[in-house]
Amino acid sequence: MERVAIIGVSQTKYTQNNPLTFAELVYQVTTEALEDAGITIQDIDNVVSVSSDFWDGRTISSMAISDASGAYGKDITTVEGDGTFGALYGLMRTLSGSFNTTLVVAHHKGTESNMKGITNTAFDPLVERRLGLDAISSAALQARRYMTKYGLKEEQFALVSVKNHGNAMRNPLALFPMEITVEDVMNSRKIADPLKLLDCSPVTDGAAAIILATEHVAKKLVPPKKCVWVKGVGHCSDAFRLGDRDLADTRALTAAAKRAYSLAGIQDPCRELDLAEVYDAFSYMEPLWLEGLGIAPEGMACEYLERGKFDFHGQLPVNPSGGRISTHPVQVAGLSELVECALQLRGEAGDRQVEGARTALAHGINGMCGQAHCVWILGK
Amino acid sequence: MSDWKKSITPMVFPGKIAVPYTWTVGSTLSKFYCELRDNGKIWANKCPACKTVFVPPKVKCIHCYRDPSIWVELPGTGTVESYTIVRYEEPMLHPRKAPFVYGLIKMDGADTCMVHIIDEIEPEKVKVGMRVEAVLSENREGNILDISHFRPVK
Repeated sequence: MERVAIIGVSQTKYTQNNPLTFAELVYQVTTEALEDAGITIQDIDNVVSVSSDFWDGRTISSMAISDASGAYGKDITTVEGDGTFGALYGLMRTLSGSFNTTLVVAHHKGTESNMKGITNTAFDPLVERRLGLDAISSAALQARRYMTKYGLKEEQFALVSVKNHGNAMRNPLALFPMEITVEDVMNSRKIADPLKLLDCSPVTDGAAAIILATEHVAKKLVPPKKCVWVKGVGHCSDAFRLGDRDLADTRALTAAAKRAYSLAGIQDPCRELDLAEVYDAFSYMEPLWLEGLGIAPEGMACEYLERGKFDFHGQLPVNPSGGRISTHPVQVAGLSELVECALQLRGEAGDRQVEGARTALAHGINGMCGQAHCVWILGK
Repeated sequence: MSDWKKSITPMVFPGKIAVPYTWTVGSTLSKFYCELRDNGKIWANKCPACKTVFVPPKVKCIHCYRDPSIWVELPGTGTVESYTIVRYEEPMLHPRKAPFVYGLIKMDGADTCMVHIIDEIEPEKVKVGMRVEAVLSENREGNILDISHFRPVK
């Protein structure tokens, strides 16, 4: 199979009540990603957009931004899900033989709508939707289940919030960089027990883009230092209905990670990875997903967190960008992780640069409580 | 940014999308809701291959992809596997005023959990492992709120 590289990246500063339209956000990151690669829109063979019609408040939302993504006269398709899944489809299209270059672009303006109302509509209208569940209340059920299964404490989850908001201080694009303490998290407003305000990610606006290219075209288009190589990808989905799963069981993620590691030739992720961007939409998710990723044994990630293993200067920096808990543009978030990993591997991550990063992991989720997972391994 | 943009205050158009829908319930869940509405009973279905019992019933077994063709009546009791106290108001979505409790309830006689409201107890007193029972609504219309809520078994 031919290798594929990320040859250009861009992301906006993440804000709330961003005055740019969806299309303006897409124009911006598309233009910047092309500039980053040093190519023109004529070099792009096809476009994968990532958006959600409900969040955008319009149907076939990809059509509305097709001009903005430079898709006029080209093929454009859409993934309604996290950006890691949009990038996955972009990778498949690039590998299909039909396209040598693919622009993947995601946009999101959470502040233009009602997050609880929209995530409620993700539930089955025949069963749970009528109960009023949403992303927060269902996550709270998962958090408590995880605590119960392994005897974990809210204070341990609070450490994730402290670490990642702190990491965001090094990231000028992050929405909420904050120096906070475990006490601050514990004393923040209760939202849905055991989740408090500082356990939850903020509603965020922003956009991101990456350009994928097959090896032979990448080598023609850009200098070698711009190329970040896709080493492995894995994806897997669990049952839709919350009650059909054990919410503390990460079997889908474990399967996704196994596939990605196998393609990348990784045997001991904790030792072989230099950094990981993990989907921490809520504090408890970081340790839960780290266990699913095989970076910590089941029930042990919180203890590793306490020992500083995942700190910026720890053995494996996790979410050096500040994570989703400081900045959470839904759908864009996973693509932003890929941008972050690419910058890290190019040595262009500024103050948040992880020294000598050669191999990075990005992880995205789809569906309530991480129904589906997509794991990427990128390398130099 | 071009200079002319500095003198502009971008506008925001408020809006709302309200589109009526009808959702076909299908024969599996229709049986579940008819039994609930007309007879006040909670039924599950069982996969003949792996014996997993699903409630609410499913069209296909998630493990074997076989029809869970065996119908099983449940006693309506269960054990709280997880819960949350919802502290925020969302009157368009929530059937109760906050604070109220959602529980993930492992149903007796089934292998899956039901998500529902736990009531008739102070929210702070709900515990994992607590035994609960379904309380039916007086006026049942054939939907998940025909179970009004779950309450602690007395």
